[in-house]
Amino acid sequence: MELFINQVLAGIATGAIYACMALAIVMIFQAIDHLNFAQGEMAMFATFIAWQLMQWGVPYWWAFLLTLIISFAGGVIIERLLFKPLAKAPVLTNVAGFIALFAIVNSVAGLIWDFTIKQFPTPFGSSPFLGSQLISTHQVGMIGVTLGLLIALFVFFRFTRIGLAMRAAAAMPESARLVGINTGWMVALGWGMASAIGAIAGILIAPVVFLEPNMMGGVLIYGFAAAVLGGLTSPLGAVLGGFLVGVFENLVGTYVPGVGNELKLPIALALIVIVLVVKPTGLMGHTVVKRV
Amino acid sequence: MSVLLSVHDLRAYYGQVQALHGLSFDLNEGSMTTLLGANGAGKTTTLRAICNMVRSTGPIQFEGKPLNGKSTENIVRLGIAHVPQGRGTFTTLTVEENLQLGAISRKDTKAITDDIERMYAHFPVLKQRHTQQAGTLSGGEQQMLAVARALMLRPRLMLLDEPSFGLAPLIVRDLFNILGKINREDKVSILVVEQNAQLALEIADKAYVIETGRIVMSGNAKEIANDESVRKSYLGY
Amino acid sequence: MSTIQESAAETQAATVDAPPKKAMGLGRTASWVMLIILLILPLFVRNFVIFQVTMLLIYGIAVLALNILTGGSGQFSLGQSAFYAIGAYTAAILIEHGNVNYVLTLPAAGIICFIVGFLFGLPALRLSGIYLALATFALAVAMPQLLKLGVIEHWTGGVQGLVVTKPDAPFGLPMSQDMWLYYFTLVVSIAIYIASVNLLKSRSGRAMMAIRDNEIAASAMGVDLSIYKTLAFGVSAGITGVAGALGAIAVQFVAPDSYTFQLAIALFLGMVVGGVGWLPGSLVGAAFIVFVPNIAEEISKGLSGAFFGVLLFAVIYLVPHGARQAAIFAENLFNKLRRS
Repeated sequence: MELFINQVLAGIATGAIYACMALAIVMIFQAIDHLNFAQGEMAMFATFIAWQLMQWGVPYWWAFLLTLIISFAGGVIIERLLFKPLAKAPVLTNVAGFIALFAIVNSVAGLIWDFTIKQFPTPFGSSPFLGSQLISTHQVGMIGVTLGLLIALFVFFRFTRIGLAMRAAAAMPESARLVGINTGWMVALGWGMASAIGAIAGILIAPVVFLEPNMMGGVLIYGFAAAVLGGLTSPLGAVLGGFLVGVFENLVGTYVPGVGNELKLPIALALIVIVLVVKPTGLMGHTVVKRV
Repeated sequence: MSVLLSVHDLRAYYGQVQALHGLSFDLNEGSMTTLLGANGAGKTTTLRAICNMVRSTGPIQFEGKPLNGKSTENIVRLGIAHVPQGRGTFTTLTVEENLQLGAISRKDTKAITDDIERMYAHFPVLKQRHTQQAGTLSGGEQQMLAVARALMLRPRLMLLDEPSFGLAPLIVRDLFNILGKINREDKVSILVVEQNAQLALEIADKAYVIETGRIVMSGNAKEIANDESVRKSYLGY
Repeated sequence: MSTIQESAAETQAATVDAPPKKAMGLGRTASWVMLIILLILPLFVRNFVIFQVTMLLIYGIAVLALNILTGGSGQFSLGQSAFYAIGAYTAAILIEHGNVNYVLTLPAAGIICFIVGFLFGLPALRLSGIYLALATFALAVAMPQLLKLGVIEHWTGGVQGLVVTKPDAPFGLPMSQDMWLYYFTLVVSIAIYIASVNLLKSRSGRAMMAIRDNEIAASAMGVDLSIYKTLAFGVSAGITGVAGALGAIAVQFVAPDSYTFQLAIALFLGMVVGGVGWLPGSLVGAAFIVFVPNIAEEISKGLSGAFFGVLLFAVIYLVPHGARQAAIFAENLFNKLRRS
């Protein structure tokens, strides 16, 4: 029983990583109806910016804040320059664009900061939390930040005019224009926010997985899985999906014989596929009615 | 009476297909004007062209200033509220959120709350359902919501695309009475596109008849309603 | 009238831009020119280049297979590497453990992959767009791990993989192994190409394309969605399997890590670059994924990824329909020159 509880705890801790990433994915999906395959790389790049700022002597929280602002601006710029022209292009073209962005960001990060792994500090400390070996204070801090972010997003979308405008633009772009919403900028704003959320995810994840250009590879896949599991349209679903994927992955690794570290990911993905086959809208998503 | 909206030699295209072939008309300040015509005549296209939602040529002036080249959202911000066919309801949002969206481009946030109350007075059914998802409303209620949402802009001009579409006759009459009231009391000029010519001619003061992208007849609504040959050949009643 | 306009305005960007039906193949003259070039090419180049061109043809087949799935039926797959791997392992195991003639391993790989693809296509029926992308992606991620499983290590060689013997030219033909394999691959490629063009022209092909263009309308016209969608998956997987088998024979080696999802993404990019739905473009797409990374590496070691990405963006912006667009442009230019 204790093993079970510990594994669940550890699962929640890693789940927080996925939840964070999934939030960014859902954010962008809401704005543009696409999965951004370069999301992880953008987060990695932002984390490097934070690291660089700290190397230059900027205190942690200032570096954190500056990175968020830079990431937000970066996301907006990438949308305006690279993806706005693709807005009406077929899905495949967009996916190719994301892959191209992935390659560019990854390669440029490697060139600037090379591929050696770097330590990344945590403001929460890394001692065991309440005596548990499986969950550290950093991980508790991470869960806290993720939940805080979720609440902030909820408040933003629910109670602010700009949040309402973004929801309207995502749901029905044509009608949104007819009430005077500049839907193009709403998309750019979505990119900026997703990019900033991704930066938070990267900064939180870096102390756990260490900082290097390929650090987000696995995390992104889990993030996708979590977001899809949660239904892709719901931030709450994304966070829930993240925790579920984390816990499930840990339990499978512990209790199913023959499942080493290598098979955890495929099994997690397989289960998600099964969930989708049974309930294609995910846990919290709403059905989209298609018109001919 | 001064001219609020003037359209001259309007030509619109869907891809290679030309849908409007040089349409010209004026809409006077404070008037209720109706565009009549059969299916496919180009009524909806005319409204869409005014809001730059379809590629078109020919000067369109609103309060003497050109609208051409402006984006849809900026045209709306000038005070032109467009209720599209299908109503454009934000089905996943609540009734109240829909109303707030109608005023999303306004800066006077305090007055918006008052206006929402005014709309609830106009359309009591919306107040009853203000927390409900707009998609769950009946067709008539959604049309009320669409009109209310458009009014939330405090528009100078309201474009309505077949408001009677899919509604029961009694509800249609209700709706048109409300529209008339809005036109008289709130001083909102209205351009309404209708297939239900009889009803539209009853409340409108000016009418244009469109056929295959051209205006074939225009004049005082009463005169057109009384001209039997026009009624027979163009309006079908 | 307005209903039509409205749906036109509200319809979201389709998965693929539908190419006109005539543009699926290549003109007669162009086909012959291409064939002659491919036939005489090995006589003029070194063995290593022959090997590279062989790989080009093999990837061309794999891209073509994806093109049938996506360009043909509008389904999305980021998991083609899995079918490629199954084909490769089928060939390797049959040759090394079963002493089966390498020629016979191709149909075997094709049939096995067809079945696997068909079975995978069944649950995939319920998924569309990104969900299908994720499911196929999961398959691609899982495949290398599955190949490493201890249970089947005796057959697959585990992490080490299997070495495959390269076949000699038969009947004492005086040509190198590489050259023989090239011509062998060429014959298989041409056969698959002709079969695919005919498949898309057939009744089944039209049904698949109807699904691609508008699923709901297609089903309303009486097209059985489930059969054609799974069939497209099966055929695509089968052809990919043949490519995988050829690849195993050409490279003389199979190992789990040769078939990661990076291969799947490469095949996907090959299809986009070649032009979705334009079968001859598959060869251009294959050239992109075989040669461009090398060229990028030569231009700048550190920035090869960035170069690759920038080039991909250039393709997307300048020729969004890939090689198909370039070909149409060239054809128009050619006709203009001839007329003047």
